[in-house]
Amino acid sequence: MKMMSGAAMVVEALKDVGVTHVFGYPGGAVLDIYDALFAQDDVKHVLVRHEQAAAHMADGYARSTGKTGTVLVTSGPGATNTITGIATAYMDSIPMVVLSGQVPSMHIGEDAFQETDMVGCSRPIVKHSFLVKRAVDIPEAIAKAYYIANTGRPGPVVVDLPKDLVNVADEHPYVFPADVTMRSYNPTQKGHPKQIKKAVDALMRAERPVLYVGGGAIACDASAKVIELAEALFSPVTCTLMGLGAFPGTHDQFVGMLGMHGTLEANKTMHNADCILALGARFDDRVTNNVDKFCPHADIIHVDIDPASISKTVNAHIPVVGSVDKVLDQLLGQVKKHDLSRQQQKLDDWWQQIGQWRAVKCLNYEQGDTVIKPQRVIQALYQHTRGEAFVSSDVGQHQMFAALYYPYAKPRQWINSGGLGTMGFGLPAAMGVQVAHPEATSVVVTGDGSIQMNIQELSTCLQYNLPVKIISLNNRALGMVRQWQDMIYKGRHSHSYMESMPDFVKLAEAYGHIGIRVDSLDQLDDAMAECFSHKDRLVFMDVRIDQNEHVYPMQIKYGAMDDMRLSKTERT
Amino acid sequence: MKRIISVLMENAPGALSRIVGVFSQRGYNVDSLCVAPTDDPSLSRLTIITHGNDKIIEQITKQVNKLIDVLKIVDLTEGAHVERELMLIKVATRSEAIRSEVKRNSDIFRARIVDVNAANYTIEITGTSDKLDAFATTMAQCAEIIESSRTGVCGLARGERALRP
Repeated sequence: MKMMSGAAMVVEALKDVGVTHVFGYPGGAVLDIYDALFAQDDVKHVLVRHEQAAAHMADGYARSTGKTGTVLVTSGPGATNTITGIATAYMDSIPMVVLSGQVPSMHIGEDAFQETDMVGCSRPIVKHSFLVKRAVDIPEAIAKAYYIANTGRPGPVVVDLPKDLVNVADEHPYVFPADVTMRSYNPTQKGHPKQIKKAVDALMRAERPVLYVGGGAIACDASAKVIELAEALFSPVTCTLMGLGAFPGTHDQFVGMLGMHGTLEANKTMHNADCILALGARFDDRVTNNVDKFCPHADIIHVDIDPASISKTVNAHIPVVGSVDKVLDQLLGQVKKHDLSRQQQKLDDWWQQIGQWRAVKCLNYEQGDTVIKPQRVIQALYQHTRGEAFVSSDVGQHQMFAALYYPYAKPRQWINSGGLGTMGFGLPAAMGVQVAHPEATSVVVTGDGSIQMNIQELSTCLQYNLPVKIISLNNRALGMVRQWQDMIYKGRHSHSYMESMPDFVKLAEAYGHIGIRVDSLDQLDDAMAECFSHKDRLVFMDVRIDQNEHVYPMQIKYGAMDDMRLSKTERT
Repeated sequence: MKRIISVLMENAPGALSRIVGVFSQRGYNVDSLCVAPTDDPSLSRLTIITHGNDKIIEQITKQVNKLIDVLKIVDLTEGAHVERELMLIKVATRSEAIRSEVKRNSDIFRARIVDVNAANYTIEITGTSDKLDAFATTMAQCAEIIESSRTGVCGLARGERALRP
């Protein structure tokens, strides 16, 4: 039996779990753990400039790989700074473990220096948390944390480590559990056979089916099976903001993203469907619009690993609890027993109808000669990256443009804060992606508002040579806020524009990177080409876009899914 | 409608706060809550009285069941069950007339006087919440209530059904 300090145990347990990268920031309560990190090379540490970014980097790392992201921070402010990052991961079901330092056990509750009840603070936004009480319990707590974070419906787990437990001077026996079992935690994987049969019956009966695919399909790497089922049924497919890439955006059967800023054809297809197969999606308010008017004709089959997600907002007629991956195996097994040769013919009317909605070309926009439209920037980005980049996004109009105008062909390619809508997420997320995929092109689509929420990480990028490409759609305003103010508040732009914008090119240069400013359309393609020619450098593209552009289509509040504005003047 | 939700959970630090947290963060009601370790000291049994429509109760059971520390959860009101609550109530007994009336009513309700002082009695009563309410009302009519404390409801399903790990 190996004897080692609590601090060494933390690092040893991370190795035993298979962790290769930790994103963090040192401080008093974790100095012992940092000392243990110093003594080895297996677990690499990325020093951020703000702990929130550590959580988002771990998040981007997790989203792009499927592996659990790891954060290491000190007690008090170090820990509380991760809260937004933890909440972001929680809302989007991203596997993450946050190791937070804590004041020594004997001082807990005394309002000691840098003491915060981290387990309490994070309680509503974690899947689970541990306050470790004995040093010998460290390996088991860490093993359980990773097991919980990345099984069932994934999510963030906090492990709070009091400083006396990790003291480098005290040695304890190290035993890493061979496997983790918990009597209170056994996520259901396979769907109930009766429910599977009902689901298949409904799908085979359907004349107007649609697959509604969410982030859950990506979480369990079920994309290939989603495609297989969709092609077997010849059914149209729509993806949520979180699900983009789970089904190729380039596929003929893809009708686009659905929801508030979904395509007309996606929302029309949903609203008029007679059978909806929801795969790892949660019918959230940004999808359904008014739930009372939601898809009135459809039998709803809802596949989700989290029973609490089923019938939470919209009643499911055929609930199936299980992982999307396993349930798709079951569904495919049954569906293939049917004669599928006439499926295409059976859905002919449905596809003709969908073709008419597609013909509206809801994503068309008017690009003039000089002022750059944001949509055009995303299309240029698509061309210059051949559709193969990892695209992380911040939150706002640019996020919707990046979701709508860059067809993601693969899962884990599109990285965004869908549930929490965290501005400041994009840059650190793209950095986490780059850490996980050093050779890949990691792009962040951002805006002049969002980028300034974690811009300090430009410094981290230099230190670790992370050649992220920043495409900032600069409209000198908080675009989405401004859009709502235009639409609902008669154009009163209350605190939605920025009067003292920095010179982003100089700022990028000050951090040791390359800045490119793009003012007019004729410069855009050359600038993009230059940006991506710098393989090993971070490039910040400050693209000045039309300040008055709105994101369309957009659902009309209190309406059905397909009640939409198509432009500033047209609606359905 | 009143519901009795019974939860079997790990007897672990923080487990109770997680359950209470689900109720507060999701806007569910807690009318009473009763918790203690079971015959197996590694487990706790918690009984929550709540109210809400079927959809809310379904969400409550699902969201609580989702907590890592929770092994099992059941809505006891769905079937035959036994429910009990205990109340201690202290009443002022300043005259012989009041003392005898308190004693008489306690006997009728099968309550027990567990502490006697010159100026007050403390009475223990066990039963359904309705019975405790009725007893408190009766006491208020014959004596001044000084203070009272109730445990909240605990309950078990009747017959073979049981909440076991």
